Amino acid sequence: MFDKYIIDPATLRNTGPDEAPDGFAFETRLGYYRGLTLSMVEELNVGIDGEPVARADVSFDDGAGALTLDQMETAYDRRWAFGAPATILVRRAGGFPKGDHTLTLQQKLRISYMPFPSFNNDEKRISFG
Amino acid sequence: MSKIRRGVSLYSFQEEMFLGQMTVEDCVSFAASIGATGIEILPEQNMPSFPHLTDAQVAEWQAMIARHGCHFTAYDMFLDTKLRKDRLMSDDEQVESIVRDLKLCNRLGIRNMRVLVFVRPDILARCVPHAEALDVHMGVEVHAPWHLEHAWILRTIDEADRLGTRHLGILPDMGIFMKHYPPVWRARFERQGARPEVTQFIVDSHEAKIMAEYTIFEVAVKMQGNKAEVAMAETLRHNQYANPRRLADYAPYFRHIQAKFYEMNADCTDPSLAYDEAIDALVRCGWEGTLSSEYEGNRWIQDVSEVDSREQVRRQHVMFDRLIAQAEARHGTKETA
Repeated sequence: MFDKYIIDPATLRNTGPDEAPDGFAFETRLGYYRGLTLSMVEELNVGIDGEPVARADVSFDDGAGALTLDQMETAYDRRWAFGAPATILVRRAGGFPKGDHTLTLQQKLRISYMPFPSFNNDEKRISFG
Repeated sequence: MSKIRRGVSLYSFQEEMFLGQMTVEDCVSFAASIGATGIEILPEQNMPSFPHLTDAQVAEWQAMIARHGCHFTAYDMFLDTKLRKDRLMSDDEQVESIVRDLKLCNRLGIRNMRVLVFVRPDILARCVPHAEALDVHMGVEVHAPWHLEHAWILRTIDEADRLGTRHLGILPDMGIFMKHYPPVWRARFERQGARPEVTQFIVDSHEAKIMAEYTIFEVAVKMQGNKAEVAMAETLRHNQYANPRRLADYAPYFRHIQAKFYEMNADCTDPSLAYDEAIDALVRCGWEGTLSSEYEGNRWIQDVSEVDSREQVRRQHVMFDRLIAQAEARHGTKETA
């Protein structure tokens, strides 16, 4: 219900040394009308120009410390609050590619009252660097 | 003084709150300004520290609500049976989670708890002694495609009767009375590529109350409908017109109503949901409780326009005032059954 808002393109930045970035980061909000315990965020699928980023290269930080997607699966005591920005960190040599590129994000959520997972999708065209 | 009171669920302002354009207090202040003084909350949306609210935070909420001349009406609970990936919550864990919400509801001074429709009636039966001790009514949300006489809902009614309790019942969502297909839904599907002649066919089929599966087959197979057309046809499965007269039969089992809506016309009429019939039935049977606005139109228009939840809610309350007055002129104000 908030798909178009889940990537904040203005927050995209490289991580690591300026001369040799080792990844990039951007802020995201949960595309759902309430907060959710992190264990129910099943996937954060990141893509660049249609190419998926490997699951192991993605981590998440709600402000309480970064977690891999595997670690999130058992984070029963941490909640991602409604409307609150969190950071997605992506490991990628060279950082985000320079020039015009498309960044995609899909949040796959396990919502107990729904028979199937909930997917939120966003895509932003970004001029970077 | 009417027995039907007006209120809002903070759900109505989710677009503006999500975007940081309105705070919770802005929503309450706005509700007060239109005389909708009953406030329904979603703690998991509106309280960032949920479920660990301190006594000071509870007191701040109560003071804020009182400062605007408002009062709490209902607490919307959730139950994360799929909290863990490897297994469902056990029955004991489900009861524990619901009791946690009953306690917080009681601490806030709220006497109605909206229970998600998928929660099992036998689990709720186990929670009844806690609900009675804390004086919180557990109302199972009667949400489309369920309806007042759906067999699943009747199980909750049967449990309440069997236990002889006034603390378990239902909580109708007015989305069950979709008499006409919402224009705002149709427009969204057309923007996604649905052809007008196909959307007209779907609207006409809904208007004629044709069973959804016939229409879905026509659109998907005979018309070779595209993705948007099939998706629109499939909405018919979950959005039908139930008989508003049944409200009177079940009135003793509910004290709060979620007044769902998707769009209000500029003349303060609802193009889709049969509020005229529902409010007539409620006044006629002498029902006492709150009509709590639940605006859910944002997701249908946010791709093309700014969302103005306040104006939508304001229009709905103009409609409530008009329909309540008209029904009271017809039926008078009755003693509660």
